[in-house]
Amino acid sequence: MGVIQDIQKAQMKTELPEFKVGDQVDVGVQIVEGDKQRTQVFNGVVIARYGKGIAEKFKVRRIVQDEGVERTFPLHSPAVLWVKVKRQGSVRRAKLYYLRGRLGKASRIKEKFETKE
Amino acid sequence: MVKALLGKKLGMTQIYTEAGVLVPVTVIQVGPCRVTQVRTLEADGYRAAQIGFDPKKPKRTNKPMMGHFARSSSQPMRLIKEVAIDDGAEIQTGQDLKVDIFGDQKFVDVIGTTKGKGFQGVMKRWGFGGGPETHGSTSHRRPGSIGAGSDPGHILKDKGMPGHMGDRRRTVRNLKVMRVDPEQNLLLLKGAVPGAKGSYVMVRKSAAVGIRGKGA
Repeated sequence: MGVIQDIQKAQMKTELPEFKVGDQVDVGVQIVEGDKQRTQVFNGVVIARYGKGIAEKFKVRRIVQDEGVERTFPLHSPAVLWVKVKRQGSVRRAKLYYLRGRLGKASRIKEKFETKE
Repeated sequence: MVKALLGKKLGMTQIYTEAGVLVPVTVIQVGPCRVTQVRTLEADGYRAAQIGFDPKKPKRTNKPMMGHFARSSSQPMRLIKEVAIDDGAEIQTGQDLKVDIFGDQKFVDVIGTTKGKGFQGVMKRWGFGGGPETHGSTSHRRPGSIGAGSDPGHILKDKGMPGHMGDRRRTVRNLKVMRVDPEQNLLLLKGAVPGAKGSYVMVRKSAAVGIRGKGA
């Protein structure tokens, strides 16, 4: 038994990037154009993490030319090369869908600072 | 080689392709299948291989069947089926057949028994719209009229009616082979396959590919 679990486990990344909802991140995405490969960076705020196991995904939102753009990345996808946290956010919600209705100053997120030991 | 093998549906999951796309797959344990008897043109008038799958205890097998399995020096098997053989291929009794025969196969067909749904109404079984839920209607999930009057004077054949749904033999054609694992006897196919987890299926090399010119 456990064949299906083995298949899933084999596909899952062993070292996951650490980031949370509310964080400002850069996501490195591998793009294949013909026979060339390059890494595209998508910058934005993580507004949701959902799903579990092999199917876990996260949503990143940013504003491009006054228009909200959201991309969903499968966390364990080989095309998602890395996730870098630029700024940690301090939020009280698991899903930041309320940001969709906000622009500019209203869509700010408080920064989280490491508390002293 | 034989054109089909027997297997057991293990369940579904998702795998990533190299491009990083999540694809839904069904995991099937295919074989190993022991050839228990070979049908020949001389003796039987047609060519086929009788193959067995899923070993069971000798204790649970009756004596006539034990004798049959002994001829191919095989363990007693739960499932026995005849499958077609490719033209010109030689199959020996007692041979073990494994998933690797699908190694160069892009598409396969899967034959299985669908999950039984019991006695179901016309909305679930045939997708009828049913009647209005409100506004005084009492005809909520009913079929409505089932035909005209004295002309034609009978109900048309194949008219959708309530009845037993599921638990029928169904074939799904042209499922893409995502992965073949000969070590664990596993076959990963894109998409769904009839039946519940643990149910038996027959996996067949796709007949339609090539004939209709639908390859790759």
